[in-house]
Amino acid sequence: MSLYGRDVISIRDLSRPEIEALLESARRMIPYAEGKKVMHPLADKIVAMAFFEPSTRTRLSFESAVHRLGGQCITIADPAVSSVRKGESLSDTIRMLTSYSDAIVLRHPSEGSARLAGRASERPVINAGDGAGQHPTQTLLDLATMQEAFGTLSGLRVVLLGDLKYGRTVHSLAYALALFGAQLVVSSPPSLQLPEEVRDQLEPLGVKIQEEEQLHRAVRDADVLYVTRIQKERFPDEADYLKVAGSYRIDAGVLAAAKSRLIVLHPLPRAGEIAPEVDATPHAAYFRQAFLAVPVRMALLDALLTAPKRARAG
Amino acid sequence: MRELKITPIKNGTVIDHIGNGLALEVLRIIGIQSLDKDSTVSVALHVRSGKLGWKDIVKVENMELSPRKVNAIALIAPTATISIIREFRVREKRVVDLPDRIVGVLRCPNSNCISNQVEPVESEFEVAARRPVVLTCAFCDRRVDDFLHHLA
Repeated sequence: MSLYGRDVISIRDLSRPEIEALLESARRMIPYAEGKKVMHPLADKIVAMAFFEPSTRTRLSFESAVHRLGGQCITIADPAVSSVRKGESLSDTIRMLTSYSDAIVLRHPSEGSARLAGRASERPVINAGDGAGQHPTQTLLDLATMQEAFGTLSGLRVVLLGDLKYGRTVHSLAYALALFGAQLVVSSPPSLQLPEEVRDQLEPLGVKIQEEEQLHRAVRDADVLYVTRIQKERFPDEADYLKVAGSYRIDAGVLAAAKSRLIVLHPLPRAGEIAPEVDATPHAAYFRQAFLAVPVRMALLDALLTAPKRARAG
Repeated sequence: MRELKITPIKNGTVIDHIGNGLALEVLRIIGIQSLDKDSTVSVALHVRSGKLGWKDIVKVENMELSPRKVNAIALIAPTATISIIREFRVREKRVVDLPDRIVGVLRCPNSNCISNQVEPVESEFEVAARRPVVLTCAFCDRRVDDFLHHLA
């Protein structure tokens, strides 16, 4: 089992043992991500950051991960000033980046763009978010945060709250949690429920999804409360967005009935879904989650770009 | 003498056992405007069928279907049979069979899918279920089970 040279487009491209190995590697990367230890396995590598959509955390944490591993980055951070503006296809842009780099990290507004890029590229492609589609490295760092807090993923009761329709992080996460035997509870405005496609992908894993409209009831028995922002930019009609804007908010009152060990996660940025007063409570784990993006992405880049050591001949 | 509702053809293709009311969609797939202008196209609608109750039949002279068109017919009319006629005789007869991967036949219903944008790529779907047929886009995973409205 090796990830060397592979694409990571969807969390479904990774098996459970591969995810476990990445989480273990990410745990070992933490002191390197903090700058307390140094190693440079990517000293001769260049990673292309192809960001065709705004991103702060994802791009910076990927760049930080590359630098911490001793590699170099080349970056498209603003498609408005790149050749895309001149009408170049994504396929052509990817072919060009293939010849300039050892791996490509892609964020793009169109669903399926990362799968297309994977076909066009001879180098590994990491999907850093394709429209409302997949965001597998966000899932890995979400899992890493839960694993760090509880020591396991199996049996955790995880509430997915908010925009489960357009929020791409929850699609990947729901699949991975089902793979690890977590219990899934979904709570969302009726117009933003988990899409049928996602439910279909979960069905073979034998997971039963519990629906809970009442937020305080969903929170009461939860181990993890995964809050998402309503993805305003993905609504075809602003009037539909306005109907659901501000329909849920986590504050001290909501958390009063929660288990003491409940952790609150959020892929960030937040836009009012979590009150600032929650930051000071032991439940707030979203900034730790944001930090863990670096060791998780280091673990993945290391696995994709570092050739596995050959077993010594007996 | 038995009355024939459609006259026999010398050379061409007979698509029989088309689900009732779907013949015009099959013609759309065949693309009659691209046929040899001297070819006759016969269509029988609402014909009694022992197997289906009612069926449609399409006969096209001087044409054999490409694999891509057969795949499209398999999606729209999964009960259809295709006979290749040469010199008034059936030379080959087969039921339509859906392959595991369908390329260039349908448009992805997700308007934001990369396969609907200006990229050098054809649409591509994988068969997720066969009874009833459900496809998923190989790029964006969108499900399709309404094929009539998404023919490329």
